[in-house]
Amino acid sequence: MSKILEKEFFSKNVVKIVLEAPEIAKSRKPGHFVIIRIDAKGERIPLTIAWADEKKGTITLVVQKVGVTSAKLSKLNTGDEIMDVVGPLGQATHIEKVGTVLCAGGGVGVAPMLPIVDGLKKAGNRVITILAARSKDLIILEDQMRGISDEVIVMTDDGSYGKQGLVTAGMEEVIHREKVDLCFTIGPAIMMKFASLTTKKYNIPTMASLNTIMVDGTGMCGACRVSVGGKTRFVCVDGPEFDAHQVDFDEMLTRLGAYKDQEFEAYQKYLQTVEA
Amino acid sequence: MENIADYLKAERSQEWRAELRKSMKAKERTSLERVKMLEEDPNVRNKNIIEVNKGLTPEMAIVESHRCLDCPDPTCISGCPVGINIPKFIKKIETKDFLGAAVTLKETNALPAVCGRVCPQEKQCELSCFYTQKLKKSPIAIGHLERFAADWERNSGKMSIPKTEKHNKIKVGVVGSGPSGLAAAGDLAKYGYDVTVFEALHEVGGVLKYGIPEFRLPNELVDIEIETMRQMGIKFHTNFIVGKTASFDDLKAEGFQAFFVGSGAGLPRFMDIPGENLNGIFSSNEYLTRINLMHASNDEYDTPVISGKHVAVIGGGNTAMDSVRTAKRLGAEKAMIIYRRSETEMPARNEEIKHAKEEGIIFMNLHSPTEYYGDEKGRVKQMKVQKMELGEPDASGRRRPIPIESSEFIVDADTVVVSVGVSPNPLIPKALKNLKVTDWGTIVVNPDTMQSSVPEIFAGGDIVRGGATVILAMGDGRKAAAGMHKYIQEKITAN
Ligand SMILES: Cc1cc2nc3c(=O)[nH]c(=O)nc-3n(C[C@H](O)[C@H](O)[C@H](O)COP(=O)(O)OP(=O)(O)OC[C@H]3O[C@@H](n4cnc5c(N)ncnc54)[C@H](O)[C@@H]3O)c2cc1C
Ligand SMILES: Cc1cc2nc3c(=O)[nH]c(=O)nc-3n(C[C@H](O)[C@H](O)[C@H](O)COP(=O)(O)OP(=O)(O)OC[C@H]3O[C@@H](n4cnc5c(N)ncnc54)[C@H](O)[C@@H]3O)c2cc1C
Ligand code: SF4
Ligand code: SF4
Ligand code: FES
Repeated sequence: MSKILEKEFFSKNVVKIVLEAPEIAKSRKPGHFVIIRIDAKGERIPLTIAWADEKKGTITLVVQKVGVTSAKLSKLNTGDEIMDVVGPLGQATHIEKVGTVLCAGGGVGVAPMLPIVDGLKKAGNRVITILAARSKDLIILEDQMRGISDEVIVMTDDGSYGKQGLVTAGMEEVIHREKVDLCFTIGPAIMMKFASLTTKKYNIPTMASLNTIMVDGTGMCGACRVSVGGKTRFVCVDGPEFDAHQVDFDEMLTRLGAYKDQEFEAYQKYLQTVEA
Repeated sequence: MENIADYLKAERSQEWRAELRKSMKAKERTSLERVKMLEEDPNVRNKNIIEVNKGLTPEMAIVESHRCLDCPDPTCISGCPVGINIPKFIKKIETKDFLGAAVTLKETNALPAVCGRVCPQEKQCELSCFYTQKLKKSPIAIGHLERFAADWERNSGKMSIPKTEKHNKIKVGVVGSGPSGLAAAGDLAKYGYDVTVFEALHEVGGVLKYGIPEFRLPNELVDIEIETMRQMGIKFHTNFIVGKTASFDDLKAEGFQAFFVGSGAGLPRFMDIPGENLNGIFSSNEYLTRINLMHASNDEYDTPVISGKHVAVIGGGNTAMDSVRTAKRLGAEKAMIIYRRSETEMPARNEEIKHAKEEGIIFMNLHSPTEYYGDEKGRVKQMKVQKMELGEPDASGRRRPIPIESSEFIVDADTVVVSVGVSPNPLIPKALKNLKVTDWGTIVVNPDTMQSSVPEIFAGGDIVRGGATVILAMGDGRKAAAGMHKYIQEKITAN
């Protein structure tokens, strides 16, 4: 059991949750994630540890409402308990000083990017962060990112805030302007695919943090498998970060859709019960 | 070994046993027919998850117990990895002392209700029975009788809680709550230690919970055993991955003196053939976990599973049988086993193969998949399979399958479960750099004590054997508990 100590909506569909989890708070590093199960009938879903406070024994998750479990989670309140939280899972981000790093985060992917940006900066890199979303109200964590990045570029699809355009437009702009040594991208799979194609053109090494479907998160089931460089890898234990240029994003996108029909049906059913 | 032989002899010469032997002629005993397990109707059971075997009635168990000759040299015992005193427990059944039979089982086996159900008896105790070896007759139904006595005790409400030594307040850790971990924890508690079992998943039981299905081993039964262990003072810490949530060093700093690692063979193998990452293709671990641990086939639970009309399960082990019979229960019209050797080489328990056939499972032996094809949405719809023939025996002693050229053909399959084996769980070896492991990734231990290259770490079960059986895992757990006890006591006296 883990108690929710704080809860705050960043936007209509994105919520920040601070959980009591002292052991995880102590051992986690940037890039790690947890798997949670809300109640006895719930499913296990992976969520990145956006940040943690070792002294208070808390971890912070930033969750986007996309289906039943994330919606149920966003409905919980301070004081409520989550039945199971296990972690930290995955390999920590490999952070070293390389020079200039471009961090491209889309949507809720900005949250897991935060500790990475922080780590990169502390390691002595120049960090340029791009925050991208469909519209202004979906841009999250801008102030925090400004506090730790050398520069922040905001991109919105509809131009309601920052510059108009996709994340890749912002990336091209930076790449044309200065030498970029490394790129990180976290966001929807389709965004990471195009971010990766962009940096590939310029031969800039790029890491992507993959969000495949998971069950156990310990390497036991293979639900999370992806092809990287033609080899099958397990995201939960080998990742979640991989060389983006080697990832078969099309296969990953297909696999993310494996349960689309069931998820859609379950979500509609859930929405009805909530509204009723 | 000598004292075990002496102990068995002393037990056997007790008056009640001697009397019992005389009460019926050996000829009469051997002329009795082996009891037949009561089973659910195959066409009813293949649509639900109720247990297939219904157990023996007391009358049946007593008749069967009469068959056992209480041999002077009970070879059956040497076939049991934990050395259950088989004739003693069977003779207790013959005297209608069913609870006494259960107590005898528990002298050496912490989970008799489980082993009576899932042990490959035909390769272990029953293979070594005098009936099989010398009389060339059906062996005593040792497994059925074991299950009977254990179930009787549980249903009587008089479950005995094993006695523990006075608490010595020394902390020991058990990593993993599968059969090896549970067996180690049970014995360590009996020695008086303060035992904590760490389990990565949200449920205790390892494969017994997430792997072996309800229709073969009801979860409730495992839970009851675990409750008994809680009453012995054993603590269970779920959602805790040793090496991740906390390191061995963290735990040592908290006072843990030694550890048993029973982290199992968790890593599923795939075949690396084209199309294997299509949707609808699972490892058996994923398929069974979704259904057994996450209850995906029950609408009240949130976890989804895909299970189609034409389900192909690749492999011939227990895991394959469990997957294919599960698929049938989830409504598959055609549930097929695709196995590259012949039935003789199948590693699954005989009973499971028999049950699968009765339930309408199709067996495509001597076939192997070579490629999968998907529909426009990326879901598997067909597979190419190749015919095989058997060549010379390989390292495993089984005849090697050889592909027959140009024998490929297409089979419709909208769900595929790949059940071609597992590799040792890499979590612990990854977390402990100085731990000696084999090229296969199994932990190297001293076979007498189960001690690893790191003195305070002992290991057993699938993480050492690479994939074996419940009872072998439990045997390892017990041996390791003894090894740990000795290690800790020596350390204490040295200080
Ligand atoms: C390592 C990792 C870290 C993640 N970190 C975060 C995070 O910090 N914040 C966040 O909001 N989300 C994160 N995700 C994604 C998050 O797990 C899914 O959004 C969540 O599982 C959806 O569950 P649901 O029941 O609400 O929606 P569902 O109705 O189950 O699914 C909606 C859509 O989400 C995708 N999805 C479904 N199940 C999963 C799953 N288990 N994993 C990933 N995607 C899935 C599918 O494409 C599906 O179409 C992460 C995923 C991974 C693998
Ligand atoms: C589907 C299936 C059917 C089977 N049928 C039979 C059968 O009929 N008869 C038979 O005898 N055998 C059968 N087996 C084999 C048998 O189940 C195994 O040999 C046995 O369970 C091995 O026990 P174990 O204790 O080594 O590990 P497991 O049962 O695998 O348990 C290991 C546990 O450790 C946990 N763990 C791993 N790493 C960590 C960590 N770092 N920290 C905390 N926890 C951790 C895992 O989550 C898991 O719960 C079957 C196996 C499967 C998969
Ligand atoms: S534990 Fe297994 S091998 Fe031993 S007697 Fe029982 S069924 Fe036979
Ligand atoms: S070998 Fe067979 S007949 Fe003899 S004691 Fe054992 S079970 Fe009984
Ligand atoms: S989630 Fe099961 S292996 Fe990665």
